[in-house]
Amino acid sequence: MLSFIVRRLLIAIPLILLSSVLVFLLVANSGDPLADLKGRNPPVPPQVIQAREHTLGLDKPLPARYATWLGNFVQGDMGESNKGIEVRPLLWQRMKVTLRMVVLASILAIILAVGAGVLSAVKQYTPTDYAFTFLGFLFLSMPVFWLAALLKEYGAIRLNSLFGKQVVYTVGAETPNLTGSLGHRLADWGGHLILPTIALALISFAAWSRYQRATMLDVLGSDYIRLARAKGLPRSRVMVRHALRNALIPLVTVVAIDIGAVFGGAVITERVFSWQGMGALLVQGVTTNDVNILLAWLMVTSVFVVLFNLIADVLYAVLDPRIRYG
Amino acid sequence: MADTRPRPSATQPAADPAGDGQDLVSTEHGVQVHEVPTITPDREFTVKRRSQTQMVIRRFMAHKLAVGSLVVFVLVVIISLVGGRFWKYSYSDITDQFSSPPSLEHPMGTDDIGHDSLAQVLRGAQKSVQVALMVAVLSTLIGAIIGALAGYYRGWVDAALMRFTDLILTIPSIAILAVLAATLADKAGNWFFVGLVLSLLAWTYIARVVRGTFLSLREKEFVEAARALGASDSRIMFRHLLPNATGSIIVNATITVSVAILTETALSYLGLGIKAPDTSLGLLISTGQQAATTRPWLFYFPGIIIVIVALTINFIGDGLRDAFDPTQTRVRA
Repeated sequence: MLSFIVRRLLIAIPLILLSSVLVFLLVANSGDPLADLKGRNPPVPPQVIQAREHTLGLDKPLPARYATWLGNFVQGDMGESNKGIEVRPLLWQRMKVTLRMVVLASILAIILAVGAGVLSAVKQYTPTDYAFTFLGFLFLSMPVFWLAALLKEYGAIRLNSLFGKQVVYTVGAETPNLTGSLGHRLADWGGHLILPTIALALISFAAWSRYQRATMLDVLGSDYIRLARAKGLPRSRVMVRHALRNALIPLVTVVAIDIGAVFGGAVITERVFSWQGMGALLVQGVTTNDVNILLAWLMVTSVFVVLFNLIADVLYAVLDPRIRYG
Repeated sequence: MADTRPRPSATQPAADPAGDGQDLVSTEHGVQVHEVPTITPDREFTVKRRSQTQMVIRRFMAHKLAVGSLVVFVLVVIISLVGGRFWKYSYSDITDQFSSPPSLEHPMGTDDIGHDSLAQVLRGAQKSVQVALMVAVLSTLIGAIIGALAGYYRGWVDAALMRFTDLILTIPSIAILAVLAATLADKAGNWFFVGLVLSLLAWTYIARVVRGTFLSLREKEFVEAARALGASDSRIMFRHLLPNATGSIIVNATITVSVAILTETALSYLGLGIKAPDTSLGLLISTGQQAATTRPWLFYFPGIIIVIVALTINFIGDGLRDAFDPTQTRVRA
């Protein structure tokens, strides 16, 4: 087991390094961070620009700049944004907001996908199966921002009038200047989270439920299930103890591979609900050409995705011995 | 529709994937069969021999939902590609009716400036469909070549190409697109640019599928036979091995169409894809959303078009998957 984890780590570390090169090249060529300074009227004296280039290290060759950046990055120094704000605390604060949605939506989507997929497989070719299949295809084909906007513009008002007071919010991740007891704060977070999470979960659930259905069908058709039934075990016990447990394993990998896409979906969903999360930060970084924000954004996301895949790999090996010894 | 004809099985000779009509033919599963010498039948056969393509088409035609989807999809694609020319308004025309709800004059209503919504949706759909089709073709090509090279040569070529594939997957493609769009701001509004970048990110899945097929078939006897006959590497790869992956490649190409259309519209929704004065479905939804309660038609129609295109192509993909391999139960991952 340990050697398996070590082997995986040995793959993950070069991958993160390569990804850092890609990220750096991508951002380094994304325009001139001093464009704003150079374009000012009246013109800024060239000495000032040169001095600024020197402090930013822009006069050095690309590999040297990469080395400096990477050295600082691994020590946790992500530099300052164009406006002179420390990037690291900013990024963490935004990351927490977005991860709240990503984690909750992923959990919800997994529960929905397992439920729908297993039910579809057990009741194959019945109206239940067809209904879930259609829903799966529908959400697979729906843009996440359109679904989110539908929920926001048409669902929120109905839901609030149903309760007679504001329970779901459609703007922001939390009420500004939120204070009060923990319970009060949690309720407020929940009220803001509910619609974006549902939108993101429904979109992610679609592909996973199709996959879960296929795996469950695969397992149900295997010999050991027939044996379990033949030796007289009750159907429900065979389904839960024998079939379901094995049918859950492959989903782990699929969820891990898709986590980057879920993150991307969260970035878009955030935009619909005007959250100040990673999505807003990315758009800000792109529109203001903020090199340090973009570098930190891409790098942290990429580490997050690689780590998640690593955890999934290990989890898969724990669950399925064939992988460990294979 | 009940099909009483004998099902094709692995022991029956199937179409020669290499297409060069040699005696040795390989079936879908790479099993070699010597073609049975023709025996004069003692009775009139009612069973005709069909080629692989004919069988796939027959099976696809039996899938009613997929055929219906194909008709709708082709219609939507044709209308979106050329429909803008025949409609009386252009997407940039400004009429004297502001914010009018759908009517005979303006089937999808008008926006607050007086643009005819139908003309704008047609224009947006044209851009989205162009991007999606381009991505499907280009990324399939890239993916097939990379997957073929990795699966055929194995060793360090495989390791390098697969790590490269992993690399592409580490960063959400929407973020790469966003950064690139800013880099090449003047080109970013161009659908061709958006399609090109999307293609460069969307090939990973097809590459994995093709690699998998190659890895499982490269040791088979028909490959050995081809090599013994002096076939070059590229001939073995593209004439003998690749045709075995045709089914999965086509199915994945259809999925790519839907992924591309969803990503392109998302990018435009964020304001980083196709930009004004041109328009796209994502951009239309983004502006329509601001008045979703007072002018819902501006918000509904572009979204419905996206769902129709993506849904029909997904159903087509599903039908094709069944058609290429009726025993296959695997679904999209």
